[in-house]
This record gives sequence, structure tokens and C-alpha cells, in this order.
Amino acid sequence: MSPISTVRAIELSGIDKSFGNVHAVRGVELAIEKGAITGIVGENGAGKSTLMSILYGLYRPDAGEIRVDGRRVEMEGPHEAIARGIGMVHQHFMLVDTFTVLENVVLGAEGGPLLAGGLAAARVELARLGREFGLAVDPDARVADLSVGEQQRVEILKVLYRGARILILDEPSAVLTPQETDQLFRILGALKERGVTIILITHKLREILAVTDQVCVMRQGRIVAERRTAETTAEELAELMVGRKVRLDLAKAPPQRGPVLLSAEHLGLVDRRGTRRLDDINLALRGGEIVGVAGVSGNGQTELLQVLSGIRAPTGGRLVVCGREIDAARPADPGEMRDLGLAHVPEDRLRQGLVAAFRAAESSILGYQKDPPFCRHYLIDGPAVTAHCAQLMERFDVRPREPALRSSGFSGGNQQKLVLAREMAQQPSVLLVGQPTRGVDIGAIEFIHRELVKRRDAGCAILVVSVELEEILSLSDRIVVMFGGRIVGDLPAANADERTLGLMMAGEHA
Amino acid sequence: MSIDDVASLILLTLAATLRVATPLVLAAMGGLFSEKSGIIDVGLEGKMLMAAFFAAATAAVTDSAWLGLLAGIVAAEALALLHGFACITWRGNQVVSGVAINILAAGLTVVLGTAWFNRGGQTPALEGAGRLRPLFLPGAGDNILVYVALLSVPLTWWIIERTRFGLRLRAVGEMPLAVDTAGISVPWLRYRAVLLCGLFSGLAGAYLSIAENAEFSRDMTAGQGFIALAAIIFGKWRPFPAFGACLLFGLLDEVAIRLQGVRVPGVGEVPVQLIQALPYLLTVFLLAGLIGRAVAPKAAGVAYEKER
Amino acid sequence: MRLVRRALPRWAEVAVLPLVNVALAFVIVGVIVAVIGVDPLHALRLLVAGALGSSEAIGYTLYYTTNFIFTGLAVAVALHAGLFNIGGEGQAYIGGLGCGLAILALDHLLPAWATIPLAILAAALFGAAWAAVPAWLQAWRGSHIVITTIMFNFLAAALMVYLMVNVLIAPGSMTPQSRSFTSAGKLPQVHEVLAAMGIQVTPSALNLSILLAVACCAGVWVFLWHTPWGYALRTMGHNPDAAVYAGTDLRHMTMLAMCLSGGLAGFVGVNELMGVHQRIVLDFPAGYGFAGIAVALMGRSHPLGIVLAALLFGALQQGGAELAFDIPSITREMVVVIQGLVILFCGALANLPRPWLQSLFALLSSPRVRGEVPAQRAEGS
Repeated sequence: MSPISTVRAIELSGIDKSFGNVHAVRGVELAIEKGAITGIVGENGAGKSTLMSILYGLYRPDAGEIRVDGRRVEMEGPHEAIARGIGMVHQHFMLVDTFTVLENVVLGAEGGPLLAGGLAAARVELARLGREFGLAVDPDARVADLSVGEQQRVEILKVLYRGARILILDEPSAVLTPQETDQLFRILGALKERGVTIILITHKLREILAVTDQVCVMRQGRIVAERRTAETTAEELAELMVGRKVRLDLAKAPPQRGPVLLSAEHLGLVDRRGTRRLDDINLALRGGEIVGVAGVSGNGQTELLQVLSGIRAPTGGRLVVCGREIDAARPADPGEMRDLGLAHVPEDRLRQGLVAAFRAAESSILGYQKDPPFCRHYLIDGPAVTAHCAQLMERFDVRPREPALRSSGFSGGNQQKLVLAREMAQQPSVLLVGQPTRGVDIGAIEFIHRELVKRRDAGCAILVVSVELEEILSLSDRIVVMFGGRIVGDLPAANADERTLGLMMAGEHA
Repeated sequence: MSIDDVASLILLTLAATLRVATPLVLAAMGGLFSEKSGIIDVGLEGKMLMAAFFAAATAAVTDSAWLGLLAGIVAAEALALLHGFACITWRGNQVVSGVAINILAAGLTVVLGTAWFNRGGQTPALEGAGRLRPLFLPGAGDNILVYVALLSVPLTWWIIERTRFGLRLRAVGEMPLAVDTAGISVPWLRYRAVLLCGLFSGLAGAYLSIAENAEFSRDMTAGQGFIALAAIIFGKWRPFPAFGACLLFGLLDEVAIRLQGVRVPGVGEVPVQLIQALPYLLTVFLLAGLIGRAVAPKAAGVAYEKER
Repeated sequence: MRLVRRALPRWAEVAVLPLVNVALAFVIVGVIVAVIGVDPLHALRLLVAGALGSSEAIGYTLYYTTNFIFTGLAVAVALHAGLFNIGGEGQAYIGGLGCGLAILALDHLLPAWATIPLAILAAALFGAAWAAVPAWLQAWRGSHIVITTIMFNFLAAALMVYLMVNVLIAPGSMTPQSRSFTSAGKLPQVHEVLAAMGIQVTPSALNLSILLAVACCAGVWVFLWHTPWGYALRTMGHNPDAAVYAGTDLRHMTMLAMCLSGGLAGFVGVNELMGVHQRIVLDFPAGYGFAGIAVALMGRSHPLGIVLAALLFGALQQGGAELAFDIPSITREMVVVIQGLVILFCGALANLPRPWLQSLFALLSSPRVRGEVPAQRAEGS
């Protein structure tokens, strides 16, 4: 089967898993070498996380066999995996925010019905692990007060505290700066030296090449290739991931800049608890340009979109959108912003951009339900709404083309296209786009990027927030970098590269 | 009024407050376990009512307060299991399930009571061994459940803060996924919490019918389950502050009883309906005025769902 | 391999599932009736005869149905906004107060055609106002609406007792009730209207409120599914973040939803006081507010479903009363038990029969029904 493994920590054979109509994992055969770092790469939705969740006992496979250290295991649940020495660091942290680090670490491994003894023992063990692997975290700090990088360390400590010999990391760098990622990889190196088997799930090729010993490529639920890392290249892996040659850069003409359509001056936002979320934001957006906002998630990008789109009122400074002045005393709600000619594709389409339970046609007028032609004489015109939705679907190639289908019945990419289509159909002069291609397959990514550039060339001012540096770099004409609620860098895209941006994203001015 | 008189009045009021607060405290501690685990329990009221009925009915038939107490607990546990079955196993809406339990209990107690005793929903008056008697202070109503209620507060605190079960309980109410991925069964944890809630609300209900009163009468809980719920919220989901809130409600009730028919200078006689409405009014005011938002267990009210 | 379970077809989701849920609730009711020592089938026969056996019985059934439509719609409108209004009882009570006060003030001054619409309006306004306070507390102060609406039920009851005993009681009356309304404050009975048209039916409590109920159904349907405000209200119920994104002020929408809900509940007062009692009395809401939860859940919060569910509950109410008269060991509270069970099975346990139904549908829709499917199941288990 696999030509490269010597001693196998884990063998998966014939693993199959479906969710409803989605066949997520199809007959996977995989062997993980003991004491090595194995990378699993693939696009969003390729089945990497599902496969690892099966290995960790979170999902039960429909078919197939799992062997750990050569012995067949029925993974009844995570407790089974933990008992076999498997630990997993999830993409979304499994930490209780209100607990201290210590409490989080002992949860599930308390060492007895009373807490006192277990906590004391854990404190000692935590200090030891911290020294040995460079994973120091204050055991009494509340998790909610820790930075994302520190929280990830707590996750790793949790796994090590349980004596895991096999460590699975699911997209660990998604929330880290490039520099923090490098630090994580040093820790992984230290773990490997002590004999820990590591499985690294990622869609970033740079990381695979930097840290793994072998790599498996997944596509559409299947393992399509296994390679020694030393014997492969980024181009080969990219091609394997997508199944065809990929063009990583986007062809676009130089921007024809028009007048300033949106400008922020000393914009600030302080939340209800008194925490400063946005601090002295100065930004001018011109027609005909795409400005990319780069940054590690959680550094104010979400709040920036909220304030610019009218969802939250600024608490300080001034915003001018298409001539209308907005400040704390004169806020504008999202409805008024739309009337001004501002459209907004939110970061999380399922949470904000559409209503899962609504028919696609209903979702296709979200935010415009009071406007003609959808609403006449205070009544919503059903046929007009359906026709509008059908038109959007045609233009943006949304499949299936069924306006009567529930919004939740579409794939992520098609939902995103529907939201984009709705917002672009209004011919906005300012378009805010959050995470334009999150969870979208590669074909749709290219389409969405081309559409954004088309609108730019039509004179629209576009602001794109994305955590994918590659996307920011290929799409933007100008890039601003956010850190800690501030704009810490503002440069033409031509002068930017991953390293400079990475340093800015970590708060170190380049 | 002499100092002695004042002292004895205060003592009497305190004792009476405790007596009135006992079912609130028991129900609040029960509700605390449930809510901490992420299961909202609007059905405290119904569980208390059902327990009150079965306790009184059993005590009347067997002439044993202890069997009555047991029957009350069993009845409340049955409804607690139903709540768990609906909310944990079938991931139903927790508030809807709670409301269903309240209405079911309101109807069933009268239906069964009429069929069994033929007294328009009431149970026969309890005498002698059918009632829980005061333990040390005759006339003060200090039956065993009052002491159980007093002990339940530190016990609840200790379980929640100092034991493995308590740690997991707190975790499952905040982030069930973290508990699941730590290899702990979310449903089993929540079922245990719901059963603890049943135990305490059973005690609370039994107290009403076989200790404080000597019979069951229809709708005798009169919103106390909801007031206990309000005490939990007011106490920000912590045992001792919730206990304090229960005492406050109890004191108010007691003062209200004493105000009845009394002319207050400058106001005149306070309408009896206003006095009766005071606990509900106070609940509304306290909930509106003094609660920070983000203190409830984060996962409360949300069914834990995972695809398998 | 397991038999693949797919989502139910829409018609089954809308029609079959609720019916199975209601059937489950009634199986339990049957068990309870049997435990009391009554033959459930015998009880059922008496109940059906009591509810539908004569034109008078049908009249009463429809009169009860009217109340259930009002409270069912009230709960449904709030549910569509994601709010759980269990204060229908109090809102109905205060709505009735408003209706009664309007009539007491106007029935000597204005003719019926002017008094009646104003009284109906007053019922809606008072009911809405009583719902507006918990709504405001939820929207601006973060109070839990379930608890506040419950507290407002108790407060409404206390307020009404105070007013009836001390303020509104008719001079010389021994019971706490107001003076009788004059004929200007009387809603025509259906049997009178029919008699005027030459059709003779046995008199019952059924009055023209039922037309108001039908109008409310149509109004709620148009509002929820065909106006931008209804659209925004449903958006809030499904996904508050999306509603904010769409420009809806959640606090205002909470107020709107609860006021509509309270106003609808207030119409119970129209049916009861202006239609039947002809004066303000105590305790007329009699559990209709709580029953509205069962009606709304069973009717899946859709006006058409609510009408059907309200008819069922109306028949139960009327038939149950006859049943309690015929069999002394059964009380009218049996209807309350049924309401509780319907809320349980149509609400909290709504998904209980789903896997079973899905298997059934998979079995029926399989092209190779015989032979292969059972073999597959055996292998899976």
C-alpha cells in the first residue's frame, strides 16, 4: 500500500463517511509513520478534518478500520482515542473561556473525584512540560484573557498532559502570524525529537514543506498522493490538491482611481465592557481600487466592517460615506448605508449574510426587502422576488438554480455567490467584502475574484478583509494591515510580500 | 416596645422568613445544577407541584411522611427524566419542554387528585405521622427539610467548585464540545445534573404539602418555581448569592403577610392584592435592574448536537 | 450498512409529522384515562358527541375555537420573532379590561356600530401594552422574557382582583363584577344573525368574534409573509445577526412582535366579555393563554395550522366539559393535561417520530422494496 512507512503508528483502511448527501471521506487508506511529522494537505472541503475527527473518535465512520500501533481499535468516542495516546488540537479551540489554564488542562483527567489533589499535581506537571518544550503559560490565567497563540499552547499542553504519543493538529496556523507559526513549528520539532508522532492538517503548502517528513494529499474525500516531503515541490502539491494546473495570480489591469467614496478619520470603537476595539483608524477608499485589509483574525477587522457597514456606530472619530457624515452622535444604520450606495458581503454568510431557513429567493432580498421592485404598496411582490433571485443565480452561476430551495441547501461556495450576487446587483459605489472565499472551492474562488475586479473596473470602491494573505496579495491594489484595532501599515500591493506583511501583522513595524 | 419584644419579633420574622424561603432555596439549588450544565429549567414549578401532590397523596394514604417525601421525589424525578429525555436525548427546545411540564403538572395533579380523593383536586388533610414535624423548636416549623435546605447551599457550592463532577458540570454548561473532545459524555453529565435538579425540586414540592401545609391544594406552588428561577438569575448562577435572593423573597413575603390589614402612615391601608403581587413585582424589578448580561452559562438553552 | 435516512418530503414535514405527534400525545391521554378507571374509547365517544353532537355543541366548540385562535396566533407571532410569549393569559386578561372599560365609558353615549370597533381597538391596545412592558425589559434591560411574562400573568391577576373588588364592582353587587353593558356594548350572537337571515339554530355562546378571529388569521398571514416588516420579524426569529445586518433594529422589532402578540391575545376579552358575559368578570381567560402555546406549536405557527389546532382544542374544551359532566371521575382539567402533552410532543419532542418516519419513507420510496432492504437492515444491526 504505502511504499514509505517503516513503523506505523496509525493505519486507516477503507474509511468511508457521508453526512446526508455529502460523501465526505471515500475509502481512505493511510499509514502514519511513527515518530515523524506527516502533513495532510487539501483544499477546503477535501475531507481532511473529517478524516482526523474520525481518527479521534468524534465521528464514526460508515465503513473501514482503524489500527493504532498495529492493533485494531473501535473508536467509540474521544475517550477511546485518548486512551490510545491520541490527542488532537482542533482548529476551533476546545477551551472553556471562563476556566483557568489549569482547570482546562485537567478537564477529563482530574485524577480523582475531588479536584484539589489533581490540580496540584497538574500544576507541577505543567511547569515541567513548559520547561521541556518551551510552552510556558501562566496556569492561573483565565483562558479568555489569553492571546490566541497562548490558547493554542494550552491546547497542546492539554494533549501532552494526557500523555499523548500521537498529536493531531488541525489547521494550527489559521489563527497565527507567520512568526508565531514558526515558533509553533519549533515546538513541533522538539516534540518529534522526543518521539511524538505528529499529524499536521493544513492547506498551506509553505508549512508542509517547512516542517513535515512526509505528506498526503487529499482531494474530494480521497487520498490522491503520498510523497516524501524532500522529494516534492509546492507546484506539484498544488496541482495534486486541485487536480489541474492552478494559476496562483490574478491578471488585472492597473487601477483607474476615482474620487474618495468612503473615508474614516480617527475612527474609534469602544465596546460595552470598555475595551478599545478600534483605535484611530484612518482610511480613504477611492472608486476603482481594491483595498485589502490583512491581519490575524481578531485584530479589529470584524469591528471595522461592522462600523463601516453601519451595524455598530463608531464611538469616536468620523466616517464619511458617499457624502454623508457619520459619527457617534449621528449614526447610520445598515439600511441607511445601503441607501447611500454601500453594499456589504459579511464575513460569515451563514451567520449574517443569509437566513438558512429562508428560501433562496427570500434570502436574495435580505436588506433590500423594503425597496422596489421587491416591495410595492407595503407588500412584498413574491413573483418579482423569485424572478430577481433567478436572475442572480443565472448571472453568478449559482447551483442548483432553484429560488424555492432553502438557503441552507446550497454548498458554501454557492451561498457565497448568492450573497455576492445580491450585493453587487445593487450597483453599489462602495462594496465591503469580508472573507470573500472562506470555505469556497477553488473554481468559485477564481470566479469571485474576477467578479470583484470587474466591479472595481466599473468604478466601485472595494474593501476586502481576508485572513488569507495570498488572497490579499493577489486581489488588492493597496494593502492595510491591522493589529490590535489599529492600522499599522498602509502600502501599495506592489511593495508588499508575505514577510513584510507578516511582521506588521505581529505588531512589529517593518 | 421593649428590647425583648423587638428581639423576639426579629427572631420570629427570621424564622418565618426561613420557613417561607425553604422551598425557594431547595428549588433554586436544584435549578442551579440544571442550568450550570446548560439545561434551562422553566419546569421547576411543575416539578414542585407534582412532587407536592404525590407527597401529600402518598402521605395521606400511608400515613407516613417519609413515604410521602419519597413519593414526591420520585414524581419530580420522573418529570426531570422527561425533561432530560426531551432536551438531552431529543434536543428539544428546553423552554418549551419546561412549559409543557408545568402545564402537564397543573392538569394532572387535579385530574388524579379528583379521581383518587374526590375533593375537587385537594388531598385529605394530613395529621400526625403524615406530616414532617419540627425537630427542635416546637411551633417554629423547623422540620428536617428546613435544615436540608440550609445545608444544600454549602453542599451545592462545594460540589460545583471543588469536585470533578462540578468542574465537568461547569464546563459542559459553557462549552459542551470541550467536554466531548476531552472524552467525557455530554448527555450523561447533563442527565445527572437534571436528576439532581429533580431531587431538589422534589424536596421543595414535598415541603409545601407535607411540612409547611398539611394537604395538597391545586396550583399551590403559585409561581414559586419561577421565583426560584429568578433567584438563580439574580444570584448570577452562584449558590450563596442565589440563597441570599431566596431569603430576600422570603422576607418580603413575610413582611407582606404582616402588612396585611395594617395602616401604613401616610399611605393608608395597603391593598391586599398589592401585597400578594409584591414578590412578582420584585422579581421583575430585580431582573430588570441588576443583572449583567454575560453571566449565564454560555451553552444554556442550546442542545448539544453532533453528527455521527 | 444502514438504511439511508433522508430528509422528509415537505408535505410529510408539514402534515404527517404533526399528526403523528398529536397522535402520540393522545395515546398517553388514553393511558391516563385508563389509569383513572374509565374506558378511553367510551370517553372518546362521549367527548366527540359532546363536541359535535348538536348544533348547540358545535356552536360552543366554535366559540372556544375563537379564543384558541386568538391566543394561538399570539404565541405564533412571537415565536416567529424568536420570542417565547407565555404571558398570553395576562395579556388576554388586561385586553378584556380595556375592552370592558371602553364599553363602560361609551355604551351610554354611542351606538353599537361605534362602540364595538372602539372596544375591539381598546382590547388590542391594552393587551399590547401589557406585553410591551416585558418586551421593553427584554429589549433594553436584558430580562428573560419567559420569566417576566409569567410574572406579568400573576400581576395581571392581582390587578384585576383589586380593580374588580375595589373599583369596578357594580354598586350593590355581592360578586366582583362590573355593571352589565347596555345593548350598545353587545356583540351580536351568531344564532341571532342567522335567525335574521332566516336560519334557525340552537343558541350558544358563539358570537361574531369568530369573524374577527378569521380576519386576524388572514391579517397575520399577510403580515408575516407578504410585508417587509413581517419579513424582518421572521429574519430576527431565525437569525438575529442577519436581521441586524439587514438593517433591522432588534429592540424595536421585539417591541413590535410582542405588541402584536399581546394585542391578539387581548381579543380573548372581546369574545368573552363583549360576546358572552356582557360585563367585566374575573378569571375569564381560564387558561386560554397557556393553551395558545399548544395551539401554536401544533399548528406549526401557521395561521391555517392554528385554525385546525384551535378547532381540535375547541372541540376538546366543549367535549371535555360534557365528559366531565357525564363521568364524575374525569374533570375538566383533563383538557389541561392534553394541552401539556401536545406542547410536549409537538414542541419539545417534535423530532421523536422523525427517524422512524424517515425510515418508513425510505422503505416506501425504495425501488426494491421487497427482499433487499430488510436484508440490508439486518446486516447493519
